[in-house]
Amino acid sequence: MGQNENGAAAMATQIRRDVIRMISSVGSGHPGGALGAADILAALYSGGMRVKDANGKGRDRLVLSNGHICAAWYSALSLSGCIDRTELNGFRRLGSRLQGHPSRKHMKEWVETSTGPLGQGASVAHGIALGLRMNGSDAKVFTLVGDGEMQEGIVWEALMTAPQYKLGNVVLFVLWNGLQIDGTVENIKNLEPIADRLRAFGWDTIEIDGHDQKAIKSVLDRPRNATGKPTAVVARTIMSKGVSFMENDRKWHGTCPNKEQAEKALSELGAAGSFTDYPAVGGSK
Amino acid sequence: MKFDAPTPIRDAFGKALVELGASNPNVVALTADLADAIKVQWFADKYPDRFFQMGIAESDMICVAAGLAMTGKIPFATTFATFAAGLANMAVKIAVAYNEANVKIATSHGGVCVGADGATHQGIDDIALMRAIPGMTVVVPCDANEAYKATLAIAEYVGPVYFRLGRIPTPIVDDAPFTIGKARIVREGKDVAIIACGSMVATAMEAAVALEVKKIKTTVVNMHTVKPLDVKTLVDVAGRCGAVVVAEEHSIIGGLGSAVAEALAANKPVPIEFVGIRDVFGESGEPAEILKKYGLCASDIEAAAEKVLKRK
Repeated sequence: MGQNENGAAAMATQIRRDVIRMISSVGSGHPGGALGAADILAALYSGGMRVKDANGKGRDRLVLSNGHICAAWYSALSLSGCIDRTELNGFRRLGSRLQGHPSRKHMKEWVETSTGPLGQGASVAHGIALGLRMNGSDAKVFTLVGDGEMQEGIVWEALMTAPQYKLGNVVLFVLWNGLQIDGTVENIKNLEPIADRLRAFGWDTIEIDGHDQKAIKSVLDRPRNATGKPTAVVARTIMSKGVSFMENDRKWHGTCPNKEQAEKALSELGAAGSFTDYPAVGGSK
Repeated sequence: MKFDAPTPIRDAFGKALVELGASNPNVVALTADLADAIKVQWFADKYPDRFFQMGIAESDMICVAAGLAMTGKIPFATTFATFAAGLANMAVKIAVAYNEANVKIATSHGGVCVGADGATHQGIDDIALMRAIPGMTVVVPCDANEAYKATLAIAEYVGPVYFRLGRIPTPIVDDAPFTIGKARIVREGKDVAIIACGSMVATAMEAAVALEVKKIKTTVVNMHTVKPLDVKTLVDVAGRCGAVVVAEEHSIIGGLGSAVAEALAANKPVPIEFVGIRDVFGESGEPAEILKKYGLCASDIEAAAEKVLKRK
């Protein structure tokens, strides 16, 4: 593993700890997808993207279209110095900028677009990408969508827009854990073969293991497609990755670990006894 | 630019947008396969690099417009009223309004005068849906002159705007200055106040002339901005006249009538009568036939005025 990959792996672990603490202490949230996305977010926020404006070149944009997994993203923002670490304590609480779903109204500096209703983020991202190109910026737009999210019609409208406008500055991560609230994606409304579908829509499509830092980095290091094709990355992930008793169980999409479960999870993540770092209110809801 | 003959309001919008293209490099335009129907094609011909054809995908168009706004553009997203307000409602609500994105949603085919397309293409609840969204400004110009000036004004204003335009040629009311949120009194009389927006302003003026013959003196207010409502002017005229008729080419549920009723109930309760579409879907037909069948003619306003006077 290279230095960046080590840094990313360490950040991913810290994101997972934060996710458990944030969600458990407030008593609600979506741990499954957040834990599953930790490695990709860590890769992006530890060198994979231009998080902040550098030499007037402008920052890359991250659009979290699956806004419900924002605990992981808020953690990544705090670990990369965008927001204060102490802000994580306010997650989902009255008066906090860290809303239950990312809100631009509450945090204009970092939330490129408010998300929550699934699919919209992917579409807004393309407007941002168009505007950046018109403004002569070389910044990229990274979009994260969930697999179940792709059942929304607007996602497919958006999937047509990016190739039509040759938005080579767009990189779309499809976080594929195969699970959604009510069951498996396959049983509810199948989307496979997802990579073939994305290719058919005109996307330069790669499939990777979404927990393999080397694979994620190789994707982020790829030069832009010379023909202006947007990039889609089907990232195979495991819901609740990193916490053995939560992995691959759809109940953790939107269920909060209680205090005992949180302690156990933190212990598995090498941070035993750290649950009290956050004000403990609520519990499993 | 000044219009003298009856002109489709959407034509004035199209011409104003071309002017904006020259005067403001940040103005861009989008459409969902209706460039000609809403006259945004004129902008597209002149400024092809700033025009985005989004295909038949209204929600995507609204979201892309929001994204463009995040990068400093002033997008005008265009489609039919019922598609923007209904089909793309969630995109308008979250990607535009909740984001506080500087997007202008300009629609044609507001109301029932859309030609013979029928109920699926008539916008009868768009004002209600847009008005209920926090932070959304709702503007309904009465004629081509006002539409032209309003187009320039909403480009200047920073924030989300819903701009509702009709399809058919509308009589010219006048050529007065336009300010967002400032209602215009176009006729003064002491007996009854008619509050109208869009094409119904000219119809209200016609009704006022007929009422004058019956010795009923009428105030007509052009309430071109449905939100934020000019409550001060409204309360003033309601106080002076003591009776109000609201006229709009929209359902009587949730539109200008509801906005006026909410404001007067809280500030100056007076009898109100509502001229609008009465909780029914429209149908195919010639505009004049439809206006007659659905009670949107000068004679309907006249009858409402006489009725409300009896309740004074």
